[in-house]
This record gives sequence, C-alpha cells and structure tokens, in this order.
Amino acid sequence: MNTMLKIIKYELRDVIRSKWILIYFGFLFLITEGMFQFSGSSSKVLLSLLNIVLILIPIITISYGIIYMYSSREFTEMLLAQPIKRKTLFSGLYSGLALPLSIAYLFGIGIPFIYHGVDEVSQFPVLIILMLSGVALTFVFTSLAVLISLSSEDKVKGLGIGIFVWLFMAVVYDGALLFGSYLLSEYPLEKPMIAVTILNPIDLARILLMLKFDISALMGYTGAVFKKFFGGPLGMLLSSGMLMLWIIIPCLIGKRIFVRKDF
Amino acid sequence: MIRIERLNKSFGKLHVLKDVNLEFENSKVTAIIGPNGSGKTTLIKIILGLMKADSGKILVNNINIKKGVDYKNNIGNMPQIARFPENLRVGELIDMMKDLRSKKNGVDKDLFASFKLDNEINKKLGTLSGGTKQRVNAALAFLFNPDILILDEPTAGLDPISSSALKDKILKEQKKGKTILITSHILSDIEELAENLVFILEGKIIYNGTVKLLIEEKGKSNLERTIASLMESNANEHNA
Repeated sequence: MNTMLKIIKYELRDVIRSKWILIYFGFLFLITEGMFQFSGSSSKVLLSLLNIVLILIPIITISYGIIYMYSSREFTEMLLAQPIKRKTLFSGLYSGLALPLSIAYLFGIGIPFIYHGVDEVSQFPVLIILMLSGVALTFVFTSLAVLISLSSEDKVKGLGIGIFVWLFMAVVYDGALLFGSYLLSEYPLEKPMIAVTILNPIDLARILLMLKFDISALMGYTGAVFKKFFGGPLGMLLSSGMLMLWIIIPCLIGKRIFVRKDF
Repeated sequence: MIRIERLNKSFGKLHVLKDVNLEFENSKVTAIIGPNGSGKTTLIKIILGLMKADSGKILVNNINIKKGVDYKNNIGNMPQIARFPENLRVGELIDMMKDLRSKKNGVDKDLFASFKLDNEINKKLGTLSGGTKQRVNAALAFLFNPDILILDEPTAGLDPISSSALKDKILKEQKKGKTILITSHILSDIEELAENLVFILEGKIIYNGTVKLLIEEKGKSNLERTIASLMESNANEHNA
C-alpha cells in the first residue's frame, strides 16, 4: 500500500470518530428526515436542501478544516520527522480531511432518500447533482481551509480569515452583485453577470442546482440567459471546470507552501 | 553518526544558527544545552528535516540529508510536546508508525513494557493524561530500534518511576553503540546521562567537549554552577 493511502487510512479513522463530524452528519440527517416528515414530497425536500447545502457546507468545512489543521500541527511535525515525502504527507492530510467531511454529507442527506425515495424519476438527476455539488463544495472549502491554515501561524487569525472568506462568498459577493446590477440596470449585463458568477464557487454550485430545479424562470430575463448558457454543454463544462479549478488551485498553492515551510 | 558542517539559518533578520560545525559520535550521549531562543530546537528541527538550512550540510550516517527522506528511518525522535490525533487508539498510532517506517532493525517494545503501556493500548489518545502521552511519545522514539535518537526534554512531565526507566533505557542504548542527542533544562539528568556537551548561545557553539572536562576547567562543584558561570562570563564579554 502506498504511503499516501496509509496516511489517509489513519487520519480518516481519527476524523470520522470526531464528535463534530458525527454532529454534522446527525444534523443533516435530521434536517432531511424532518423535511420528509413535514412536507412529504421529495421535490420540496430537494429545494429546501439546496439552500442548506449552499450555506452550511462551506462554513462547516472551512471552520472544521482550519481548526483541525491547527490542532494537528504537532502531530504533523511528528510525521514530518518520519521517512515520508512532504508532498505525500500533504496529499494524505488533505484527503484525510476532505473525505470524511464528504462522507458525512453524503450519508446525512442520502440515507433518508434511500428509504423515502423520490416522487418522480426526473428528480433523480437533481439528487445526484445536489450530492456532487455538495462534495465539490466540500473539497473547495477544504482546499481553502488548508491554504489559510498554512499561511497564518496564528489560529485565531486563521479562523477569522476563514469565516471572512465564507461570509464574503456566501453573502457579501451576492449583495455586491445585486447592488452593481441595480446601479447598472440600464446596460445589458447578462454576459458580465455570467463571468462574475463563475468566479464564486458557491454561486457556481447554486446556478448548477437552480438550473436542474427548473426554477430559473423566477430569475426573469437573466435566468433565461443563464439557462441558455449554463444549460448547454459548454456552460456545464465551464462551470464544473471552474469548480475543479477552485479545488485544485488553492490546494496546489497550499502544497507549495507546505513543501517549503519551516515547521 | 551525525556531522554538521558550516550550518547557517536565519529567520528574516534574525541569524539563529551561525556557521555551526558539530559532530555527534556513535555510542555517545551528547547533551545540547543553551538558554531559550539559543537555537537548540532549530538545530534539531533542521536535522529532522522540519526546517531547511540556508547553507551548510548535514550528514547522517555519511548520507547528505538533502538526498531524500530515507535517512529518517535511522532516527527516532521524541518531540517536546506530544499531541496525537485524539480519536485514534494507542494501538492504532503504533500501527500507523509501523506502516510508515521500514523495520530493518526490528521492533523494540522494551519501553512499552517498562512503562506498562500495554494496558492502555485500546484507549483513545485524547483520553490519556499528559504523563501517559509523554510515555507513549518516548516509547515511539525507541520503537524501531534506530541508530540515532533525538530526545527533546525527554524527562519533562514524567513521574520518577518512568523517568528512571527512560534514563536506564537511554544508557542501555548508548552502550549498544547508538548516537543519542538530548536537550534538557534539568542539568542533573544531563550529568547522569551525557558524556559530551554542546553549549549553544545565540546560535554559536560556545563549548563542545566532555562534561567532565568542562566542570574541571571551571573549577565548580557541579554542572549547574559550571553552566551558570559559563553564561555569566559570556554575558560579561558581551557588555565589554
């Protein structure tokens, strides 16, 4: 077995037993199950989950990731004194963090769907997209968490930056976008809007999901432009490609810092 | 054996290690001492590959440490602060280390027996007391029977029984021909264990030789007074 898999194996065991991961799983499970009980229709459950996923996954992942990275600092140093290449150790640490968070999410929302099922077959791809984009967001915010915790020596500062990044992407960015489009409402903004939206991973996931939910009509003309763009093969490719970049780029920068860092 | 040649390390403007030349011989216990911030930890971290030197080279068993991570198979390290993954069991941590290292020298579980850690094997690391963690930490350093042992404040936080057991083990390994490095603020421990002594002050080696000779040279009754006078005389030089 190669060294990276060995590191993942043990870190996975550690993280998956952590009470915070169990609480995260339990919360998602109870929310999904509760919504099935109250609304009874899987389409409503899916729609409500959309917002929970977009808000909750980023904040949980980034804060847990940052706290975990700082608290395992001494153990990381201990592993660095073992015959392991730094690159390998980094990949192991990263995956050992992103995988259990993804598993908790997939099981949390997935289990209720297993025995409640979906009302129509057409909702099945929606569920799949919901799960995939949730996992993608988990990886994006794990990358950011790892990057932030390696860039700052101070735990409180790191956590502060993490929460700020989340706040910016989840709330401020959309607000600014809305304000900007209101100010410039006399100009044709659809294309610049697409460009700006692509730059924010949470917005990307939101668009991907909304198009699948067929509620883009609610967004008026902009929605129609978005649907035309993101609904096509090029848009799908571009948006999932951008999500991948959001995972890979912070992760690579983090790796570079990790390989050169003085511990 | 570890040989260090013209080692330099700076953090920004702070020159932490200044042209350090040292050799740690086989079957010797060498104590590295110096006040806080003198560069002891930096030196150890560079040997372990946790930090990178600005210039100079380090040979571990005649292999340049820049040539890859394999040399670390020869080193057992006991860090000063032991913080392990909270939700792993002691046994799993041992398995993890076994998985990550070559076991060319076999496995040495002496310390697990003398520390009575066998009862703790199924406990989670997060539930262990500070002293027990420190015992696990020490036992792990010796687990792979390495040629070189680097022990940072090994007896800190240990009860007298464990501390004596650890010191017995250190002397036993030294007789087997191992290279052992110790940093400690407990000078009586150093007097008991170490034959050689390296005194670092502000990144420079002030003394490198046997403990006995240093005490005789300074004409003091014990190591503590000798070190105190050494530090005082250096402080005077600075002011002059």
